[in-house]
Amino acid sequence: MRAILTPFSLTLALAASTALAQSEDVTTFTLENGMDVVVIEDHRSQALTNMVWYRVGAADEPAGTSGIAHFLEHLMFKGTDDMAAGEFSATVAANGGTDNAFTSQDYTAYYQNVAADRLDLMLEMEADRMVDLRMTDQEVGTERDVILEERNMRVENSPQALFSEQSDAALYMNHPYGIPVIGWRQEMEELSQEDALSFYKEYYAPNNAILVVAGDVNPEDVRAMAEEHFGPIAPNPDLGPRVRPQEPPQLAERRLKFSDPRISQPYLLRSYLAPERNAGDQREAAALTLLSRLLGGNSTTSYLATKLQFDTQTAVYSGTSYAGMSLDKTKFTFVLVPADGVSLEEAEAAMDQAIADFIAEGPAPEDLERIKTQFRASEIYAMDSTSSRANRYGAALAIGLTVEDVQQWTPTVLDITAEEIVDAAKSVLDRRRSVTGYITSGMDADTGTEG
Amino acid sequence: MKYLIAICLVAFSALRAVAAVDIQEVESPSGIKAWLVEEPSIPFVALELRFLGGGNLDPDGKRGATNLMMGLLEEGTNDMDARAFAKARDSLAASYRFDTGADDVSVSARFLTENTDESMALLRQALVSPSFDEAALERVRQQVLTSIRSSQTDPNDIASREFGALVYGDHPYATEYEGTAESVATLTRDDIVAAHRNALAMDRLYVSAVGDISAEELGVLLDDLLADLPETGAPLPQEARLTFDGETHVVPFETPQSVALFAQPGMKRDDPDYFAAYILNQILGGSGFDSRLMTEVREKRGLTYGIGSYLVPRDYAELWVGQVASGNDRIADAISVVRDEWAKLATEGVSQEELDQAKTYMTGAYPLRFDSNAAIAKILVGMQMQDLPTSYVTSRNDMVNAVTLEQINRVARDLMQPDALTFVVVGQPAGL
Repeated sequence: MRAILTPFSLTLALAASTALAQSEDVTTFTLENGMDVVVIEDHRSQALTNMVWYRVGAADEPAGTSGIAHFLEHLMFKGTDDMAAGEFSATVAANGGTDNAFTSQDYTAYYQNVAADRLDLMLEMEADRMVDLRMTDQEVGTERDVILEERNMRVENSPQALFSEQSDAALYMNHPYGIPVIGWRQEMEELSQEDALSFYKEYYAPNNAILVVAGDVNPEDVRAMAEEHFGPIAPNPDLGPRVRPQEPPQLAERRLKFSDPRISQPYLLRSYLAPERNAGDQREAAALTLLSRLLGGNSTTSYLATKLQFDTQTAVYSGTSYAGMSLDKTKFTFVLVPADGVSLEEAEAAMDQAIADFIAEGPAPEDLERIKTQFRASEIYAMDSTSSRANRYGAALAIGLTVEDVQQWTPTVLDITAEEIVDAAKSVLDRRRSVTGYITSGMDADTGTEG
Repeated sequence: MKYLIAICLVAFSALRAVAAVDIQEVESPSGIKAWLVEEPSIPFVALELRFLGGGNLDPDGKRGATNLMMGLLEEGTNDMDARAFAKARDSLAASYRFDTGADDVSVSARFLTENTDESMALLRQALVSPSFDEAALERVRQQVLTSIRSSQTDPNDIASREFGALVYGDHPYATEYEGTAESVATLTRDDIVAAHRNALAMDRLYVSAVGDISAEELGVLLDDLLADLPETGAPLPQEARLTFDGETHVVPFETPQSVALFAQPGMKRDDPDYFAAYILNQILGGSGFDSRLMTEVREKRGLTYGIGSYLVPRDYAELWVGQVASGNDRIADAISVVRDEWAKLATEGVSQEELDQAKTYMTGAYPLRFDSNAAIAKILVGMQMQDLPTSYVTSRNDMVNAVTLEQINRVARDLMQPDALTFVVVGQPAGL
């Protein structure tokens, strides 16, 4: 790691030694059938997190069956040839554990938090449902009602979430990231057992899976148990590389107007198409991560907050987000809530001016240094949560990064220069590759927004 | 068969896991009491402070004063403005959270061992000498008003407001501690200064720390941090008188999915039957578990994505609360199933098998809560506020296991009041 002079240089030394410790307690290996295994040792308590990640998500769904990856995730808690419907979770609970699962555009993951001496049973059950899933049409029908209610809760009842779907659909002109993970309602209503099983047979296989075990375990024991339970499962030889339709050149800025009476506070959302982290190539994503923290990562000290909330009273809130953990092109997003009496147009103009000023001035050295100090410290704080560490490694491997990429991430971020940040901003913040949304109640009170 | 063997082992491993949490009772040179778990393996500390009172302390007409005051603690001190404070904090890579609840306010700090002194000196400024300057007051007031406006059109918030007004009579619980747009708009700097003096006082303080710090260091730290806070704060409120009319109240709101809150009287945390009631709720609607409500409403009928119930022992009221959300055309069915299950459990009780399963789950899940320094710090402060001994972490599972079938079914008969189960539904429910 390159030495950086800071008032808290001790932090640097600590972070360096912690990063070293962190790599020493992470062990990886691959079973003969292609299943990757990551073991993270943490012996502070006798608990563990067991996760099975599949390298498949909503963006891998066949056209017209949006939501099937997530629906299958729900159906994985029904039965197998050896277990009745619901028995998986009931067995975890009967062993004093908790279990759940989640689906993203790029991966699907299943996990249990449980006492460390229950690992063998967890692996046996996960191996069972990797290939032997069974379900009835009635279970499928009832569970489809459940995911429709989940969509009601997460999306239909939230105008912000409804707009977010519209915005993604406009940002991604060709890539399936434009389709929501939960699915479009009319396609969800038609999802069948056949859709679920054909997706399952194609993608649920050991050579498409990553086992992550974090907690009070040792790698040799995990290896023996993983070989016993997952080892006998044959790989799927037909699994190809994960190639999705990519974005064409984006030449036209998109502007959306959305109104819903449930919106109480008008706001603006702008998303730009942005590069993601790639194996062995994380510098631009690291620069964008710092850019996001500098521009809008802190409600008091970030550049936009200073310009729009302190120097002027243009906004009551400003923020940015950038998530580099993505298989394909991700997004860099701004959100802005104008102050009373400021129109969305005025707020947007002030935000664009602030972005242009930032690019012209470059980051203030003390701001960059402060954010890097927090990055170093975040390595120490991250050691406190075993399940977060399991998540970090699992998600990275599921999108094609390596353990080394995970461990090099913080050093890479710390090595980024002010110039690289400005270059990344210039390259990414091009409105031709963006979507801007005005979100209002549609009522007269939102003057200046309905033109 | 192997599943059965596994079940027999779980109680043992649960005990081992908790025994690793070695709680020391610490007293600072000036007499501040705290609980400490030394965990030197990672070089940072999680510090949790809790002051009884919270939003309940707001005087008449000043609803939201405590909440706004807590939101201003980090927004400038006598020595530095909001931005200078934030920069100093971030340069130390420390974090401070200031939260308001109805019953208490909390301060959660996380800081690196290497700069403990600087991090605590900065936190001391926020706690002891906040400036509450007019610019910061206006800025944070606008943020709170924005949040209040958003809650006007959020079905969950609407349900919770309507529910408070129905159940809590004239107690502060009947309104939200964030205040209303009207009350927050009229709060003055004097109100904020008074709220600070009322809430952050030594006579209502509970402290815990977990991490890379010794008992002696913690004592000195606490004296330096808290010495200048006032000895006594505002009087605490009285017990609330609750009303449950057993009706289903509908609040019309245009949205596709109706949200329902339901409740009946609960049980005090120090009641000898509390564990029986807690297990009873686990079986009925507890989380992380195939509860009866989850099985009947979701698994069998697909009427919802999520349903749950919770015993809520607040400081001045005890409730048994649940919530469910279903499409407007299906919420009536969901409510009907909940009412049936409530009545069935009251008259028929639970089976030995259900009781055993719930105990195994609860005793196994308990040690999993102790999964980070910050989580342990919060648990320890909560235990002190409930007047529990440090030995509770090892005796708690024994108390769960001591509940008998006869006891839990007596509690089901005595505590459950299907006729008092009151619903608030927000949406456009059909057939209600």
